[in-house]
Amino acid sequence: MSAVELEHIVKTYQDGGVTAVKDFSLKVNEGELFGLIGPDGAGKTTIFRILTTLILADSGRASVNGYDVVEDYNEIRKRVGYMPGRFSLYQDLTVAENLHFFATVFKTTIEENYDMIRDIYEQIEPFKDRRAGKLSGGMKQKLALCCALIHKPEVLFLDEPTTGVDAVSRKEFWQMLDQLKKHGITMLVSTPYMDEAVRCDRIALMQQGSILAMDSPEQLVRSFSGKLYQAKSEQKHRLLKDLRKHPQVVDTYSFGEYLHLRTSNDSKEVLEALKQELLVQGHEQLVMEECAPTIEDCFIRLLNQE
Amino acid sequence: MKQLRAFIAKEFYHVFRDHKTLLLLFGLPIVQIILFGFALSTEVKNSNIAILDRSKDDASREIIHKIASSDYFEIERNIRGHEEILEAFQSGKVRAVVIFEPDFSEHLLRENKAQLQIIADASDVNTATTINNYLTNIVTEYQRELLGATSMPWVIEPEIKMLYNPQLKGEYTFIPGIMAMIMLLVGVMMTSISIVREKELGTMEILLVSPFKPLWIVLAKFAPYVIISILNVTAILLLSYFFLELPVKGSLFLLYVESLLFILTSLSLGLLISVLSKTQQTAMFISLMATMLPTLLLSGFMFPIENMPMPLQVISNIVPSKWFFIIVKSIMIKGLGIEAVWKETLILAGMTLLLFVISLRKFKIRLE
Repeated sequence: MSAVELEHIVKTYQDGGVTAVKDFSLKVNEGELFGLIGPDGAGKTTIFRILTTLILADSGRASVNGYDVVEDYNEIRKRVGYMPGRFSLYQDLTVAENLHFFATVFKTTIEENYDMIRDIYEQIEPFKDRRAGKLSGGMKQKLALCCALIHKPEVLFLDEPTTGVDAVSRKEFWQMLDQLKKHGITMLVSTPYMDEAVRCDRIALMQQGSILAMDSPEQLVRSFSGKLYQAKSEQKHRLLKDLRKHPQVVDTYSFGEYLHLRTSNDSKEVLEALKQELLVQGHEQLVMEECAPTIEDCFIRLLNQE
Repeated sequence: MKQLRAFIAKEFYHVFRDHKTLLLLFGLPIVQIILFGFALSTEVKNSNIAILDRSKDDASREIIHKIASSDYFEIERNIRGHEEILEAFQSGKVRAVVIFEPDFSEHLLRENKAQLQIIADASDVNTATTINNYLTNIVTEYQRELLGATSMPWVIEPEIKMLYNPQLKGEYTFIPGIMAMIMLLVGVMMTSISIVREKELGTMEILLVSPFKPLWIVLAKFAPYVIISILNVTAILLLSYFFLELPVKGSLFLLYVESLLFILTSLSLGLLISVLSKTQQTAMFISLMATMLPTLLLSGFMFPIENMPMPLQVISNIVPSKWFFIIVKSIMIKGLGIEAVWKETLILAGMTLLLFVISLRKFKIRLE
């Protein structure tokens, strides 16, 4: 049995008639850390809300640990942990009060399941008497995670948990998720950050309510056919323009300090010719070399194929 | 049960940590009492009037003396000619002018008929009517004294008794009105806003994905406002006792029980509004429309229901504050017991139950 299952889910929002999710099917295995990767508006939050029984799909079927999201919504609500994209705890309650409240709502106590949250809670415990609204972004997120975990959920839904959080906290957060995997919790995480995708067991790349590709991050990168080059010069912007004009260049885009590009023919001669041409065009300190593709490269390539 | 307790504790934290709102909740009744009790009095006291006495004899002087010594009038100026009358009104200080014809006393004694004229500023109709009545009374009284001296054959003397409110105090009707209004405002607005706020802040989203029962949230939301409203009732009663010298004539216990019932009515109405609105602004707007207007216009607090056209009289029956207003008036001012208000009490209880059940059924267990 899959921990999470979606079959041909369609969801259209009434206002504006926007189709948020189109014929969406997905299976998440038990104990898996699964990532939904995609930009804003890809339909990630809609998927989360359907699975957490907050909204109803127009058509299709979905289940969590075997419970149907429509019929058995009460069972699902007992068994899952949910952390919405926006910080949604009580800002005027302290850290300890929030945690205690959610523990009680789920008919448990902090003591009973303390081992579940110990590693995370210890980091925010010094601030347990501070109002949740006064916490920093990273601490808010740790508290929200504690509150979502306090009842030992079987499946954990984390909607963009790292959005709006600093780089260090983001890294820490993924380490915490790794720790949680040891407890056997199935986790569905969404993120717009491609670099976080590699931390997942499997990912689905999403765009406008559909899945572009679904696999393990390693497999996705491996399936990137052909060669990828990175290039840079003194004038990055002009380089991008010149590369875009070139007939041999298939695809080029900015990627950090470099530009990434593919050529129509992966031969060394083409690359050398291209390099010469750019030097003639006056690009100084030109670097152009082969590089390993990342998830983001896969995503961009898939988008361009669409 | 433990969950319900946690919910209630949470609500108390919300309410008592929001100092500004709390101040407003307790300040509101006090400000209202002071406004209605002292500033917005409908009684006429110390009205400025002007006198044009063209006879200056015993009779006119006697009447002027009576006017001046009453609580209701202050003689702002004496004027000498007709041309000054308009000027007096235009100064804005004078509410009425009393004019005595020349040889007032002589006409009265010789011809048994003398004339005086009252000109009142009727731009404010109610005040003008009241002033006119008071002045006429003073003149009639003088007339009766004269009659006593000369003894006329037939006199019909109506003896008027103002039951329940012998001094015709305005406070008597506005205290029950204010009680109704404040309880409605606090109950309806606060519950509806506090539930809608959870929707807006996203906390409802988390609550929904938990094994909660809508009834818990609702009861927990009610708890702090029941206490605040009861405190408000106490504050109003104390203020009216000490500052307006208006004691509760009937049973205090019954008054509190009826207030509690009305508080629950307000909270249920607030609950219904919260179920229907998506944003705090909408909730606030609907609450104001649903409480202030009907209470002011259709409860009998400002305007007597008997004088309204039939359709409005019918509509007034669905306004809860109308029934509460009748109940409080009966208990507080007439000193009546439950046997006089059981019908109104049942109507309120029925409304409360209906509102509560409808809104609990309409409580959305999902986001949309």
